[in-house]
Amino acid sequence: MAVPSYASPLERAWHYAYLVICGLIFFFLIAPIIVIIPLSFNAEPYFTFTDKMRSFDPEGYSLRWYDSLLTFGMVAPDGPRDAAWWADAWANAKWVKAAKNSIIIGLFSTILATVLGTLAALGLSRPEMPFRRAIMATLISPMIVPLIITATGMFFFYSNPCQLLGLFGLPTNCGRLAGTYLGVILAHATLGIPFVIITVTATLVGFDQSLNRAAASLGANPRTTFFRVTMPLILPGVISGALFAFVTSFDEVVAVLFIAGPDQQTIPRQMWNGIREQISPAILAVATLLVLFSIALLTTVELLRRRSERNRGITPH
Amino acid sequence: MKTTLILSTALAGMAFAATAQEVNVVSWGGAYEVSQVEAYNKPFAEQTGIKVNMIAADNPATPLKAQVEAGNITGDVFDIEVSDAIRLCDEGALVEIDPADLPPAPDGTPAAEDFIDGALQDCAVANIFWGTVIAYDTTKFEGNAPATAADFFDLEAFPGKRGLPKTPKRTLYLALIADGAAADEIYDLLGSEEGVERAFAKLDTIKNDVVWWEAGAQPVQLLADGEVTMATGYNGRFFDAMVGEGKPFAIIWDGQYMDLDMFAIPKDSPNPEAAMEYLKFATDTQRLADQAKYIAYGPARKSSAALVGLYQDGKTEMGPHMPTNPEYMTTAVMDDPEFWADHDAELTERFNSWLAGS
Amino acid sequence: MANALDPHAAIVTTASGAGDGMLTTADGKPLARALARSQSRARRRAFLLVLPLLAFVVVTFVVPIGQMLQRSFYNDGFSANMPQLSAWFDQNPRGTEPDDAAWEALAGDLVASAEVRSIGVVGTRINYDVPGTRSLFTSTGRKVRGGIEPPYREALLEMDEDWGSARLWNAMREAATPITANFYLASLDRRRAEDGSIEQVPERQRVYVMLFMRTFWLSLLITGLTFILGFPVAHLLATLPMRKSNLLMILVLLPFWTSLLVRTTSWMVLLQQQGVINDILVWLGVIENGQRLQMIYNQTGTIIAMTHILLPFMILPLYSVMRTINPSYVRAARSLGATSWTAFRRIYFPQTLPGLGAGALLVFILAVGYYITPALVGGSSGQLISNLIAEHMTGTLNWSMAAALAALLLASVLILYWLYDRLVGIDNLKLG
Repeated sequence: MAVPSYASPLERAWHYAYLVICGLIFFFLIAPIIVIIPLSFNAEPYFTFTDKMRSFDPEGYSLRWYDSLLTFGMVAPDGPRDAAWWADAWANAKWVKAAKNSIIIGLFSTILATVLGTLAALGLSRPEMPFRRAIMATLISPMIVPLIITATGMFFFYSNPCQLLGLFGLPTNCGRLAGTYLGVILAHATLGIPFVIITVTATLVGFDQSLNRAAASLGANPRTTFFRVTMPLILPGVISGALFAFVTSFDEVVAVLFIAGPDQQTIPRQMWNGIREQISPAILAVATLLVLFSIALLTTVELLRRRSERNRGITPH
Repeated sequence: MKTTLILSTALAGMAFAATAQEVNVVSWGGAYEVSQVEAYNKPFAEQTGIKVNMIAADNPATPLKAQVEAGNITGDVFDIEVSDAIRLCDEGALVEIDPADLPPAPDGTPAAEDFIDGALQDCAVANIFWGTVIAYDTTKFEGNAPATAADFFDLEAFPGKRGLPKTPKRTLYLALIADGAAADEIYDLLGSEEGVERAFAKLDTIKNDVVWWEAGAQPVQLLADGEVTMATGYNGRFFDAMVGEGKPFAIIWDGQYMDLDMFAIPKDSPNPEAAMEYLKFATDTQRLADQAKYIAYGPARKSSAALVGLYQDGKTEMGPHMPTNPEYMTTAVMDDPEFWADHDAELTERFNSWLAGS
Repeated sequence: MANALDPHAAIVTTASGAGDGMLTTADGKPLARALARSQSRARRRAFLLVLPLLAFVVVTFVVPIGQMLQRSFYNDGFSANMPQLSAWFDQNPRGTEPDDAAWEALAGDLVASAEVRSIGVVGTRINYDVPGTRSLFTSTGRKVRGGIEPPYREALLEMDEDWGSARLWNAMREAATPITANFYLASLDRRRAEDGSIEQVPERQRVYVMLFMRTFWLSLLITGLTFILGFPVAHLLATLPMRKSNLLMILVLLPFWTSLLVRTTSWMVLLQQQGVINDILVWLGVIENGQRLQMIYNQTGTIIAMTHILLPFMILPLYSVMRTINPSYVRAARSLGATSWTAFRRIYFPQTLPGLGAGALLVFILAVGYYITPALVGGSSGQLISNLIAEHMTGTLNWSMAAALAALLLASVLILYWLYDRLVGIDNLKLG
């Protein structure tokens, strides 16, 4: 954005001041992310820049925390790094397990939230939908209700999900959801749903319903119409909703603290340990890896977008 | 439909997959957890083939109480304090343990006599003694080192922030000791309104300079960061930082608070047999002595004392670092589980109000 | 409402003679009825699309929340374990002095409860209303475990004279019915006086009202800060060419995608007294080494870290609204003689209000319920009400109290949400 030619000198000055202010705010946003990267190479088990680090003494730096991501929790961490060692790390290292759990839980809860959320958003965006406001409010409420309340409520309910069946004279004991993968997945799906609903309905606001009718009048059945006409058009909204849902699950610790059992320790749960019970810069090593991963992902998405724009002959303005 | 079926089967499989023999132990994390893994878990897994999962908690009694209340027990063995063991036993949440089932000492002394007084409760067996002590950064007070609990409250002679745990149990007694109370009158004072007032009044003098911690690893971090110059914390954690990491800390043993840590098994735990097996194994003479090789906590069996040797570095004598060292016991305040079983809720409420008020 | 018609119900409007003047479809049915049927079918279809998710959210979310809130007014810790005494309270109206039957019921219940080890639960329940009485129950329980001889009144008073306290008997009467408002009273720093009227708790025990106020005030402040910081950035992103703004957007999304715990930790590293910012200030000579700023473990720490963490929630909705604002309106205003400030204030800013509303609502609501960050960087003066809810949940295990506090918090959030829906409309909530 350029300063318009009719701007007064004062306005020009203000414009540059404004750019500087924005720069500072961007710095505020990004500084905490940058500061963790050097700290993840700290040779000591604390979150502080040591004197050795400040004087760039190589002794102050080490890869031990990256190494500990693999060795922590292994049965025989000191052996030679052969196939058996890697198998041990893959099966037993706590961070590896946590990563596997985070991915499994994130993936399934995202699928659940996206499928149900997209269907519901389609229904909600139809003008003939009854009780629209009330239903919308209910579906968005997991985002509105403070997480601590949600997590505790879920903890009690998931501990004995069939308790309420007693009101109908049905058996009240049917196992539990707390401490199972299914329980954590359901909880995370619930937390991700508002994001899917919001992004998909936002896309559908601009959706021209006559396209559906056109498809129908040309002989497509509702299923074909959905997959060939509606879906491609709302796909950006669905994908961004799914991304939000995945990130919600991937970064969620409160519900995991309450609901997960020993087998469902996720990355954030393991990080919680690293801050509270057992100070360990390993969490900074994990964070660094995740930041690099995010940068790669965001850049790829941006490059792909540019390519598709070029291919379609749209010039960005 | 078919996909849904596969999906739900997969989920159900994950949720209810039958696992091999294992036992879930909930403990305190950090250096303490490492010592238990080395001294108990590894040999236990070797001998029995039962896999041990360690789960860390700020205070394992908290998840235990929550799991009991919700009827959803996921841990098998919990490492908790005596007062919590008594209270939970009172509420019918724990399995009762017969001392006759525990392994005797190597010389044949039955377990009931081998354990130190108070180390065997109806529903729990102690493994170690540990102290809450004051530690300070030696680089901050060169030439004029603090030596007593009163110095902890002296901000003029010893400037800098203080680290204290966010709990009444390990703060009120310290305030009273620093205010000149004797170790043996602490619980009488805390049982009276005037005594509690006196403790809070003393805490008020440093309230603005306190950084509160909640988990055992935090005071060490605060000292290492230079964020505080003195902090109270668990002696084993400080030992680990001093001897293990070479940090310039020193410990003040005056007014230490001595506690027992106990193993307890909740009713309806998922693996009751493995849990009992683990409890017996982990509290035998050799295991308790071995643990001292990794952390400076005193074994709860008399017969273990003779077997305690050097730290794992092979040169540090453990005696001077043990909270049970007779020299350090003279001004020590012993944990009174009965008192805390009765007054914890009330004093915690008082403490929270005091803390939140500015 | 043209598209309310079901596309598959081919409707042919034929003017079927001037006689009755009624429109019919091709197969001769009255159009009005066909239309009604097709509309109700469309409604049903729309509803069926929403139904799976609605059912899902009700089961995994609404029911659990409801079940938990029930604890705020329902606690049977006493009534379930002290049946005889509860029955006596039922039969005798308030104000009745405890007679021999009452003491006998009390003694009988205590013995039975001590036997099955539920005495701790009973004591805990009464302790909520009369602090310091848990020990009375547990210690008496230990003494009576073998049985107790009549006369019961004397025997119990012999063990502890507190058994005669009127306050205790009042509390037991209250607790004899599982439904109680006491937890709500306590959440507002109130309690029942000995005569049953409502009074404030002593000053040094008042904490919840103050914490509620602090929570709302800090959340408001944080919302304001995110607005001040987020508005220029969103504006810049919205007016730059796509290419540049997408690159800059990464700077906004990166913190958004980085774990909350990591960001909080890194604020600890930055803000502490021996931390990066203080080091830089000392190095620049702004402050002396001895007067390093205390920016963490107090309210300042909570405010800075939460503002940073919630900033993207303000930027993203603002940005998505600003993108759609047509720049020619501002240009038109300028060409008509408005100064740049007037053009901004009168033309541009009003158009950003929907985004601002959505961002402010999101930030405020998230801030009100925040728990992790204040717990780690807030010290004692930066604690919010959610920290005490968590403390009651996991520390003191007074879940009824946690539920009552949660219910009050939830009620205030819902009022806000309702207001927002009235003023802006929930459909306008957008994220990026």
